[in-house]
Amino acid sequence: MDGEELTEQETALYDRQIRVWGADAQRRLSKAHVLVYGIKGTIAEFCKNIVLAGVGSLTLVDDRVANEEALSSNFLIPPDENVYRGKTLAELCCDSLIDFNPMVRVSVVKGDLSDFGIDFFNKFDVVVISCCSLAAKKLANDKCRKLSKRVSFYTVDCRDSCGEIFVDLKDYRYSKKKLEETNECQLQYPCFEDAVSVPWKALPRKTSKLYFAMRVIEKFEEAEGRSPGEVSVADLPGVLKLKEELCSAQSVNESHVPDSLLERLVTNTTEFPPVCAIIGGILGQEVIKAISGKGDPLKNFFFFDAMDGKGVMEDISEPNA
Amino acid sequence: MDLQLSVVKGAKVLMVGAGGIGCELLKTLALSGFQDIHIIDMDTIEVSNLNRQFLFRQSHVGQSKSKVARDAVLKFRPHVSIKSYHANVKDPEFNVEFFKQFNVVLNGLDNLDARRHVNRLCLAANVPLVESGTTGFLGQVTVHVKGRTECYECQPKPAPKTYPVCTITSTPSKFVHCIVWAKDLLFAKLFGDKNQENDLNIRSSDGASSSENVVDVFERREGEDIDDYGRRIFDHVFGYNIELALSNEETWKNRNKPKPIYSKDVLSDELAQQNGNVVQDSATDDGLSVSAMSSLGMKNPQDIWSLSENSRIFFESLRLFFMKRGKEIGNLSFDKDDQLAVEFVTAAANIRAASFGIPLHSLFEAKGIAGNIVHAVATTNAIIAGLIVIEAIKVLKNDIKSYRMTYCLEHPTRKMLLMPVEPFEPNESCYVCSETPLLLEINTHRSKLKDFVERIVKAKLGMNLPIIMQGSNLLFEAGDDLDEDMIANYEANLEKVLAELPSPVTSGTMLTVEDLLQEFTCNINIKHREEFDEEKEPDGMLLSGWTQPVSASEKEKEDKSINNGANSSDVTVEAVEDETGVVAVGVKKRRISETSEVAANAAADETNHKQYQVIDDEDDLVVLDGNSDAGNKRKRMQ
Ligand SMILES: [Zn+2]
Repeated sequence: MDGEELTEQETALYDRQIRVWGADAQRRLSKAHVLVYGIKGTIAEFCKNIVLAGVGSLTLVDDRVANEEALSSNFLIPPDENVYRGKTLAELCCDSLIDFNPMVRVSVVKGDLSDFGIDFFNKFDVVVISCCSLAAKKLANDKCRKLSKRVSFYTVDCRDSCGEIFVDLKDYRYSKKKLEETNECQLQYPCFEDAVSVPWKALPRKTSKLYFAMRVIEKFEEAEGRSPGEVSVADLPGVLKLKEELCSAQSVNESHVPDSLLERLVTNTTEFPPVCAIIGGILGQEVIKAISGKGDPLKNFFFFDAMDGKGVMEDISEPNA
Repeated sequence: MDLQLSVVKGAKVLMVGAGGIGCELLKTLALSGFQDIHIIDMDTIEVSNLNRQFLFRQSHVGQSKSKVARDAVLKFRPHVSIKSYHANVKDPEFNVEFFKQFNVVLNGLDNLDARRHVNRLCLAANVPLVESGTTGFLGQVTVHVKGRTECYECQPKPAPKTYPVCTITSTPSKFVHCIVWAKDLLFAKLFGDKNQENDLNIRSSDGASSSENVVDVFERREGEDIDDYGRRIFDHVFGYNIELALSNEETWKNRNKPKPIYSKDVLSDELAQQNGNVVQDSATDDGLSVSAMSSLGMKNPQDIWSLSENSRIFFESLRLFFMKRGKEIGNLSFDKDDQLAVEFVTAAANIRAASFGIPLHSLFEAKGIAGNIVHAVATTNAIIAGLIVIEAIKVLKNDIKSYRMTYCLEHPTRKMLLMPVEPFEPNESCYVCSETPLLLEINTHRSKLKDFVERIVKAKLGMNLPIIMQGSNLLFEAGDDLDEDMIANYEANLEKVLAELPSPVTSGTMLTVEDLLQEFTCNINIKHREEFDEEKEPDGMLLSGWTQPVSASEKEKEDKSINNGANSSDVTVEAVEDETGVVAVGVKKRRISETSEVAANAAADETNHKQYQVIDDEDDLVVLDGNSDAGNKRKRMQ
């Protein structure tokens, strides 16, 4: 990290944040390469945050074409058909993000998440996945973990006024300074598949209800062959039935997953912009922490529900892992 | 959800501030479906805003924040009605009538004064207020609804951090003391208004006899060579004055003795010569771009300079002030954006630090301390803006039971990074939202009405256009529309001591003070007191009742004297010191052990590489909790 100094331009632009995380962290940020897959409101917020912070590069992947729904909580896309016609979401967001910070390289790659090979992921330090199926998440997560270097892996999803972040930093070491002491800390993260396989009974009673509800919906969408978010209130009976089965298979009481919460999540699958801002903000902060090696990273889930206003961290991993 | 949509669409919202929080807030409001937004901000865009105020670009630097923010949001939400005001929220056009047209007011401000002003207008207009603040990774959002929850001023705000005069002039122990000395004393003495009172020398010169000839020391003599002058100043403040201080042995019994530093010790003749010549062909002459660093070929503001480098910067910056900016001398006040001023203050503070065995700091760090620079990142502002919109929607739905104040933390407390807390009931003894009178102890035979207006009515009560009455007798009134007789009458009153006013103000008198713009009145009971402690009560008067809760104020009172933010009335500052791990937060009553520990960790982590951190009041933060009732006297809203 030594030897390379921030330019005068960087020092002037990043002055206020260097005062928060230091010049060292700023240098690391400027060398980091970030990939995002699946762009909706929350990811748009995240991209804004990370481009402003001054990462080295940001690569966007989302081949979907723009439509009303995609525009609803995404401030990166002008709602003008003449502008967005014929372009993909990734291209449109790229056009807009390039303006945010001339010192960050923003680019687009086309393709489907499942088709990208390990070599592709090797180009990045951070991979953030959104709006994709359980299977695709697991696959991408596995590919990142197979690499010898650490690729920080995140998934993020928002529905109704709720949001979830999953973090996998594999084997993460960082130094933690407390007053005069510096402690070397180490955290072991499970992959997504292992995390969601932890028996529900083994989790503390106070674990966020949102964790279980999101698993039920995820399973439902997978079983029914739906795309992520492709559920409606008509699916509620099916979702509640699946919940019963899961609870009994996991031998936990059904109150573990409140029906009212499931109802909210299936009824309104569009994102709520304030929650996008909150989840996109927390995710941005976590990625900055992971790149700079400064501060305690989140392990390994984060939940926010605007209904109770709590932003909660949950550690979902095998106790002896 | 339908109710939500209709209240959102029908709401008329006032946003105050289009800065860090404001940009995020305007975006989130527009995305959330708000249709009628008014936004006030008096500021223009600066380069250091661009890392987080994402609606602004390099090409907008110098333009109005509220106007550019409006245009930027219209690009992705063209049908929202946004009215922007490039103006100060304290302007008379924004009166109670103006405020009454809104369903809710959302603050994204960066200073205490404006926050208090908006709080009073919201109370007078009976419009709910959602208030917010951030610093670094920490932030908070609170809801203030008249009669339902506490107002913004129900709890006293922390006073700016101040330092005893003698710590600054004689016994600095921390780098910030050296900065305050360099900025408020030395810089002010050399380049500022010569008629200003200045404590430089008084303490170190042990007695009044020497202070007489001291006055001349700082004047450049007729025809004196600039380098000779620089060396004379250097030797006087870093050499002679330290020797003088050392002669008072009592002072150093329990302290490390400082080491006098003379120019001949730090500069070889050769260096001293060279110093003057480097810059002759410097191309840029316009004020703020003159730089001692660039004329000496020093580039990195993160470097910590050696004593000799600091000395060279000291001489070079002093020289440049006289050679390139001579016209400004006598009128300068420190400005963090004035490169040369920052260089001079950094160098002087470091030389003093070296003398006292205090670790030296880089220009970057010194600038942050001297300029009270806010620590700010985009992510925290985005999160806080999201929380503001969530609260605003609850307010619009009149969903009182769901109101929360929310803290954004750097380290989780009970697993939470975003911690909601039920709002508190109004403080019954709040002089702003209740009618509880205040008590003022004052020497009614010595203090003039003018002192009362400046030090209490304006500084403490935050009024801008006050009227002062004793019963039905008008003693003073501010405003543009007064006739000449009245003005003359008030001018005369201002110069009178309280006991000799036309209707005398003595022990037992009750004064009524009113601000017409804020539509805010409060009563003050006067109690005569003969003596005040100069160090502890420099105002020569003591206001109590609401402003002086015992727990929070004891310490502040002891410390009163010089404050690092003194040159800027709209920035309130707190220094957070990492050694003690104390986060200086105003609302100490609320703090319980668990959260204060978190706060301490947060402070320690953020400051681990520095001696100091200065937090702007953008940020009168943090970390309170209310989930435990233990030790908590305030009532939660039901
Ligand atoms: Zn109050």
